[in-house]
Amino acid sequence: MNDQPKTQGFELLTFRVADQEYSLDIMSVREIRGWTRTTPMPHAPEFMRGVINLRGTVLPVMDLARRLNLPTRETSDRNVIIVVKINGTLTGLLVDAVSDIVAMTEDDLQPPPELSSDPHMSVVRALTVIDDRMIRVLDLSAVVPATADEAA
Amino acid sequence: MNDTNDPMAEIRASFFIECEELLEALQDGLQQMDDGSDDPETINIVFRAVHSIKGGAGAFGLEDLVRFAHRYETVLDEVRSGKLTADAEAMKVFFQAADHLSDLVRMCRDGQDIDPNGGDNLIAALNAFLGDTEEEEVTAEDFQPLGVMTLDLPDLDAPATPPEYEILFKPGQELFTTGNEPQTLLRNLAALGTAQVRCDRGDLPDLSSLAPETPYFSWNITLQAEVMEDEIREVFEFVDGLCELTITRLDDDTESPSALPDLPAVAEEPEPEPTPAAASVELAPEPAPPKPVAKPESSSDAAPPAKAAGPKSVVRVDLERIERLVNLVGELVINQAMLAQSLDQAGLSPHSDAMNGLEEFQRLTRDIQDSVMMIRAQPVKSLFQRMSRIVREASAAVKKDVRLITEGEATEVDKTVIERLADPLTHMIRNAVDHGLESTADRKEAGKETTGHVRLSAAHRSGRVIIEVSDDGGGINRDKVLGIAKSKGLVPQDASLTDGEIDNLLFLPGFSTASQVSDLSGRGVGMDVVKTSIQQLGGRIAITSERGKGTTFSISLPLTLAVLDGMVVNVAGETLVLPLNVVEETLSLGPEDVQMLRPGHNVVRVRGGFVPLYDLGIMLGYRGARDTLAGAIVLLISLEDGTRAALVIDGIQDQRQVVIKGLDDSFYRAPGIAAATILGDGQIALILDPADIIAAAGPMRHAELARPERKAVNE
Amino acid sequence: MSLTVLAVDDSRTMRDMIRMCLVPAGFDVHLAEDGVDGIEVLDGLDPDAIITDINMPRMDGFGFIDAVRSQEEHRATPILVLTTESAPELKQRARNAGATGWIVKPFDPQKLVKALTMVTG
Repeated sequence: MNDQPKTQGFELLTFRVADQEYSLDIMSVREIRGWTRTTPMPHAPEFMRGVINLRGTVLPVMDLARRLNLPTRETSDRNVIIVVKINGTLTGLLVDAVSDIVAMTEDDLQPPPELSSDPHMSVVRALTVIDDRMIRVLDLSAVVPATADEAA
Repeated sequence: MNDTNDPMAEIRASFFIECEELLEALQDGLQQMDDGSDDPETINIVFRAVHSIKGGAGAFGLEDLVRFAHRYETVLDEVRSGKLTADAEAMKVFFQAADHLSDLVRMCRDGQDIDPNGGDNLIAALNAFLGDTEEEEVTAEDFQPLGVMTLDLPDLDAPATPPEYEILFKPGQELFTTGNEPQTLLRNLAALGTAQVRCDRGDLPDLSSLAPETPYFSWNITLQAEVMEDEIREVFEFVDGLCELTITRLDDDTESPSALPDLPAVAEEPEPEPTPAAASVELAPEPAPPKPVAKPESSSDAAPPAKAAGPKSVVRVDLERIERLVNLVGELVINQAMLAQSLDQAGLSPHSDAMNGLEEFQRLTRDIQDSVMMIRAQPVKSLFQRMSRIVREASAAVKKDVRLITEGEATEVDKTVIERLADPLTHMIRNAVDHGLESTADRKEAGKETTGHVRLSAAHRSGRVIIEVSDDGGGINRDKVLGIAKSKGLVPQDASLTDGEIDNLLFLPGFSTASQVSDLSGRGVGMDVVKTSIQQLGGRIAITSERGKGTTFSISLPLTLAVLDGMVVNVAGETLVLPLNVVEETLSLGPEDVQMLRPGHNVVRVRGGFVPLYDLGIMLGYRGARDTLAGAIVLLISLEDGTRAALVIDGIQDQRQVVIKGLDDSFYRAPGIAAATILGDGQIALILDPADIIAAAGPMRHAELARPERKAVNE
Repeated sequence: MSLTVLAVDDSRTMRDMIRMCLVPAGFDVHLAEDGVDGIEVLDGLDPDAIITDINMPRMDGFGFIDAVRSQEEHRATPILVLTTESAPELKQRARNAGATGWIVKPFDPQKLVKALTMVTG
């Protein structure tokens, strides 16, 4: 019914992973919750941190630093899990901390540098600058593998 | 367009659900007729079931279904009206027709192609009951699919002035007794175009001799409308034969004035005189046989609100809502356990109010859980009915005379369990008919009744459902079974087994006792598959047999699949749950119990036999090998396919029921893990799938050796 | 003003169809699942028209029409019979029982609404 007649305005949730700033379209974020111990899944890929109890459902949690091939540190109570919904399922993303919510338009975004040697750039959809800080906008569908085959 | 759901699709889905109920009623009714019931309502029920299926099928344009149902219904109608006697031969055809009808319904539901000649034999058999009556292949055309209708497009070459008709309409006496109303007819007529209505009151007698509800008026209508004569006739469809009606087209090709000037134009106003009904108000009720037609408003003032439902009140609920409720109750159980744990840690006195309250809370929680589980429960009746069909087909195929006796049809079991029980039960029933029962000749020779009996029963026993399939056949020929097992190398040549052990050989993969492979049971599908299916449902299967008397298979199932009887264990600091039904016993390993076959492959000695030993900690990648296996705790498990294994764990916590939580495996499916559950402390524990673990054992180990970096990666 | 209709049919599918056809057309639809139920629902209701099936448990359509017609206030209420056959005998039988008209199954919304307007005006 209500097709968005708006301009290209949207909001990004920005957060830190291994001292770098990343962001996600806030529409895909369901909630943010504190770190709890995960139950490890046998033989899971490294970035698959395990599962936690999210109000009675079993939520898989992905270690975003590992997924992006960034250096990892000890997880502590200060870590947070961003719960995102993609392809109809919920996934938790383990990050260092959330920073801010910023309003954007498509014009504020720049495409990521072509042929970057950095392998994790393939999951970066765009770049933007806020207060002289470069923020990477993640392509969630590339971050969360769609099928078990891809993960294996 | 405010609703995204297609109402037709919904009704279609609901139609097929209703069909299932009707087919069940049909089966029931036929069974009662077969058992000799002469209650006339029984045949009515049978007839109505087929009739309703036909009606709905017509609405959705399911022509094959309509055609067959119509023929079936026609024959049933003969029985209903007493023109045809439902003898044994007829009943046989009726049962087959019911089976075919049910096939057609399912094929229509699943959108499968229907062989147009598939039911020809049955139609011929049904026709035979109808005697010489000429084949009337009427039905299909009578049933136009919904939504297909011909539109009357305006004729582009139509003349500028619409055609004009003169209509003479004189109602007959019956027109009123059927609830028709001239005014309504005239109004509908006027809606077609421009109408000039003239009322002829010539027949109206004076008041004293006026009979109420007798039509005295006739009407002369001039209609100018862009319609065909047929459309005018359509207006009078319901009163056809209840009135005098002549329709004449006035303007054939000559132009005629649009209205007849010599007629007093009453226009669209109906006759001003009171209708007979109203007239009668002032009338002395002299002849007055029928009372006035007028609707007395007064009668509705004290009216009670309309009752909504019929006698049995059943609520249809979306299964998803029930799943949600089941999940919530699962939450409640977990929360209750968590609360109990924290109250316990708070060191409260067991006699304190809080602890007493908790006890009451626990009791209520259990009651709620039981009640909710019962919502998903369904009687096994529908399942058993399907089995009676299997018996009919199977016995016909092997030319044995078999009667199925069912008991405990009202026993309720979780819906999912019922669905997943159909295949194993079908197989067992076929086996009983094919292998369990002797041939008719053999039965005669043994001095038994020639009709073999297969008994199918269900009952609740101590929190589980017991389903038994038994036959009164020859029993298991143990010498033969043992011989086959030896010849196939399933047991050592010199093995000496107890009767029970021999019987259980039937569950070994690939075992088949029929010396000739019949086309019924087929090759390669044995009782091992049945056992696997039952175990997957968290059930057990047992066999007992007596030579010459028969064989009984007994299945024991949990009441629901939402809860699992589990053994809670520790491995490398993680809590894991194993299904209790696979655990045979727990052992503590002594120094001499373990023997190495080759590096990384150990076996454990259990009562003279050797069982492969697997360390769960290694297999799940949670830790490396233990320094020594001596003193380790081992679970001896028996798998569905009969193989056994010993699993090394670090400790046993508990045996208890756990609520099963599905794992979202959309981007990672862990090998060996079936599901998860939430523990009292809110942590998630994984539920193991032992068969999967063992199946993956070989390659898993190699993978483990090939990926030593895992240990470094973890933590 | 919306018209009130009572529909009596033992098939849930048919009841659903009737409701689906009539509610969007602005009818106030009341449903009953057989003749006995129909009489109960009718109590306190003043429908502008009644639709009924013939083959029903407990009380069939003929019995139902008979019972409705014997009620003073529903003597003239239009009654439409749902029938799968368009056979003339069936129409005659329905008419003898006091039915106003008939609807041959399967029906579509237009057909149903049309039949209703034919008897309610």
